[in-house]
Parts: sequence; C-alpha cells; structure tokens
Amino acid sequence: MASVRTWGPGLLMVSPSILLIGFFVYGLIGWSLNISTTNQNSRFERAPGTSPDAHIGLGNYATLFSDPSFIASLKHLGILAVVYIVGALFFGMLWALLLEKGVRGEALFRNVYLFPMAVSMFASGVVWNWLLNSDTGKGASGLNQLFDMVGLGFLKNHWWVSSPTWGIAAIALPAIWQLSGYIMALFLAGFRGIPSELREAARIDGASEFQLYRLVLFPQLSPIALSALIILGHMSLKMFDIIMAISGEKNVYTSVPMVTMWTLTGQQDFARAAAVAMILLVLVALLVVPYLVHNARQERNS
Amino acid sequence: MTTETIPAPAPSVAHRKSKKTPRAQTARTVKYLLLIVFLLVVLIPAYVLLVTSFKSFSEALGPNRWALPSGLSFEGWTAAWSELSPALGRTLLLAIPGAMISSMLGAMNGFVLSRWRFPGANLVFTLMLFGMFIPYQAVMVPLLEFLPMTGLQPGVPQLLAVHIVYGIPICTLIFRNYFQTIIPKELIESGKVDGAGLLRTFRSLILPLSVPGFVVTMIWQFTSIWNDYLFAVFLSNKDNGPVILGLANLAGSQIVPYPEVFAGALIVTAPTLLVYIILGRWFVGGLMAGAVKS
Repeated sequence: MASVRTWGPGLLMVSPSILLIGFFVYGLIGWSLNISTTNQNSRFERAPGTSPDAHIGLGNYATLFSDPSFIASLKHLGILAVVYIVGALFFGMLWALLLEKGVRGEALFRNVYLFPMAVSMFASGVVWNWLLNSDTGKGASGLNQLFDMVGLGFLKNHWWVSSPTWGIAAIALPAIWQLSGYIMALFLAGFRGIPSELREAARIDGASEFQLYRLVLFPQLSPIALSALIILGHMSLKMFDIIMAISGEKNVYTSVPMVTMWTLTGQQDFARAAAVAMILLVLVALLVVPYLVHNARQERNS
Repeated sequence: MTTETIPAPAPSVAHRKSKKTPRAQTARTVKYLLLIVFLLVVLIPAYVLLVTSFKSFSEALGPNRWALPSGLSFEGWTAAWSELSPALGRTLLLAIPGAMISSMLGAMNGFVLSRWRFPGANLVFTLMLFGMFIPYQAVMVPLLEFLPMTGLQPGVPQLLAVHIVYGIPICTLIFRNYFQTIIPKELIESGKVDGAGLLRTFRSLILPLSVPGFVVTMIWQFTSIWNDYLFAVFLSNKDNGPVILGLANLAGSQIVPYPEVFAGALIVTAPTLLVYIILGRWFVGGLMAGAVKS
C-alpha cells in the first residue's frame, strides 16, 4: 500500500487545478442554478414589490417552457443538431473511405478537407452569411447565383429564411463544412490503426470488398464513431458564433437557446438567462456523462 | 502523436491495386473525380473571401459576385486593417500567455494523473474532463458577477483568467494520454526507489520529454483562445477585447461592406491558419487527443 508520503506530493501538484476546476466549473454551475431559481429578472418582468433575490422555485423554467418561442428554439436546436451530426458523419466517413487506401496527393486532399477546422466559427459565419443569401430572383447572389451559373438552378432556395421550422437546417451547412474534415481525420486514423493482417486474412477467406468493410473494418471503428458522435453532439449544443454571424441575434427563424441566453443576459434578465443555460447543461450532460462513465469504467477494466 | 498522426497505409495493401481491370480503372477515376469535386467545394468559401476582399466596394455590390476582381483594390484591406490592427496585439497578449499557462498546468496534471497517481485520481480526472464539455453559458451569468469581484480588469486580464481555467481539462487530457504512451511506469518506479522526489522527476525527467506534448497543447489553446467568440462577447467589448469582436463589429453594420468585412475575416483567420499550415501535423495531434484513446 503506497503511503501518503509517496502520493501526497502528486495530489499537491494537482491541487491548484482541482481548486480552479472545482470552483469555476462546479461552483459556478451551482451558482447559476441558484440564480435560475430567483427573481433576478429585468425590472419590467419582476412582480411588483418582490425582491430580486427572492427564490421562486422553478418559476423561470415554467415561464420558459410555456413560451412558444422558447419551444420553437428547442425544436430548432434539435433539427440543427441532427442535420449537423448526420451531415458531418456522412462527409467525414465518405472522405475517409475515399482516402484510406492511399491515393496520389493524399496529403493535399487531407489538408484541404481539414483546413476549415482552423478557421474561427465567427469568421466562417461571415462568409456563409454571403453564401447563404436568400435572394433567388434575378438579383440572386451567393450560392444561389453560383447554382444558376453552373446549371444547377433547381437547387436555389431561400436557405435559413425558407421556413420558420426547417430553415435552421441551412445553418448546419457551414458547421458541416467546418467539422467534416475533422471527422475524416478521426476515421482515417481509425482505418490506419487496423492491423493490415486483418484485411489480408479476410481477403484470403474470400471476403468481398463490401463484406470486408461491413464485417471486418467498420466494427473496428465503432469506438471512434462513438467519440465522433459525442464530439459533434456537444458541439451542436454550443453553436453560437455561427448563428450570431449568419443570421444575427434577433432572427426568429434561427433562434436557438444559445442565442436566447445571450439576448436575456443583454436584457439583464439574469435568472431566465441562467435557466436557459441550465437547460443546455442538462442536454449536454445527458449526452456526455454516460460517455465519460463508460470511458472511466473501460479504463479501470484494462 | 510525436511523428505522423495519421500514418500512411500499409504498403502491402497499397500495392495490391497494381493489377488493373477496367472496372477497377473506372472506380479509380470516379474516386479521384469525387476527391477533386469535394476539394473545390471545400475551397469555395476561401475563394469568395479572397476574391471579394480585393474588389472595390462598388464592384462587390455589382452583378458578377463570383467573378475575379476587374482590378486589385485595397480599399477593403486598408479599411479593415485600420479597424482591427489595434486589437491584434491585445489578442496575442491574451492567447500566448493563456496557452502557456494552461499547458503548464496540463503537463503537471497529466503527469500526476498518469504516472504519480493518488487514490481517487481517476475520479478527479473524469470530473475535470466534464469541464471540457460543458456549455460555457452554464457558468456565464455568475462569471459576470464574480470576475469584477476579483479585481481583475475587464478585457484581456479577465479573459486570460477564464481561458486558463477552462483550458485545463483539454491540456490535462492531452498530456495524460501522451505520458501514458511515452513514459514507461517502470521508469518512474525505479526513480522512486532511488529516492527521486516528485519535483525532481518532473523537472529533470518528464519536462524534457514533454516538448511534443507542449507543441500540441500550445497550438490547441492558442487556436481556441484566438477563435473564441463566446467568452469574448460576454466578458469584453471591441475596445478592450480580442480581435474577433472587431470583426463582429464590422459585420454588424447595416449595409455590410463586404470587401472590408472579408479582408477583416482573413486578417482574423491568418494567425491560426498559419499555425495550421506550418504545424499542421501537431494541430491534428490535438484534435485526435480528445477522441482516440491511447
């Protein structure tokens, strides 16, 4: 049994970080939770004669969930997340498949596919605001004009202003552009990590190319697919920069809780802002906590 | 992580393809065609940025928005530079120390949590990792209240504190994975028998081996601090915050002067893109660390 004198200094070395994370992550989450149950709404919203620090239980949450615009923003978030995750997984996987056996100029393709990851989401949002111009008529610009130029005019659409429910899916486009290369890199590393004997053995056993992928290679990639899913999932719940850059804060077509939280903060409605943040946190936790527990268990077993 | 993050395919597999049937030939052509089409599609936003940034304000509003500029105009670039340049120094002052300090803390944590463990080390690690995934909105309202209480000035000092703290989890993860791969347990154990203390082991044995880990965490942190918009917009403004808020200010005007905004976007993107081009290999290393277990 190791004694305190051996491991004590280790704990001491980590203690600054434990204290910082303890306070800035867990402490502040608790603080947020507390604010979200108070009356700290903007002056106009607060019931007359009540103190801003009075606790009102889950009142702010009730207000949010009875507000159709908040419900709409949650729906938007769901659509955005699904389109984004499916899109990025699809292109990431496709590019990895195209590249995994090694092609001439692989480094070029790989580096170009991955480069959007180095660009700030806000800066890319600025370009996508131009690309996703909603005009489809004679004065069309952005992608719509490009579609006309290359004979794909039927693809023209109003992007994020096309529908109050589904328009948000257009916002996933820049995000897919940004993250697909990353997903490709993950899968590519996965493919390359599979021992080549496994392929050889499957070929000798007479497996067709299709069977090789479905029965031998893809199962090997499932841990990576899980990681990719978690990464994309939690990123979709953090999309803020892109929306602020493309459609802006006040746009009802692309409202999501991340933006609502910013608007409420600007209105000094701190209690409701904190409540929105807590809802986001719960969504992320539902996704991430099982994953972290799963990982920790797996590590203990190995 | 130290050399090639994505290794080349095994040669035996690549060479098998040398005997070419007509069908394989077609498949190959389709593959390259697809690769090139995707390459062009991915580059579309880069083309738009570059081309438009060199147009005059009036040409950018003209009918041929996809055409090359009729003549080089630096109208946009000069306007963007005069707006953004004051913030560039501030952003460096934020991103470089932020990256260094988080990396150092990450190296210390990563070492202890992988090779100088204490009871409960796994729990501490998992609890730290959670901090990497939280939506930072969940701590934002209290931060707005707490940071002024610390006496830190708004702008760079407050943002620096925030970025250091929230950078700890990812740096810890990267270093922990890294040390687990490159430092044999036995090496530390034998040192312990010889009576080498923690600090001496860390300083004279671990730190010299940590350079590749530092490259990865520094790049990762630098890029995320440089590109951060969320903390920036909540905790600072365009006169005391990072350059991204200057860009947001340009993009937020009623009639967007595209050459200026796009030149601005290129100025903001340049440092991280440069890092990616020069140190791409390590950049990818940081990306992988979060997802691929060692």
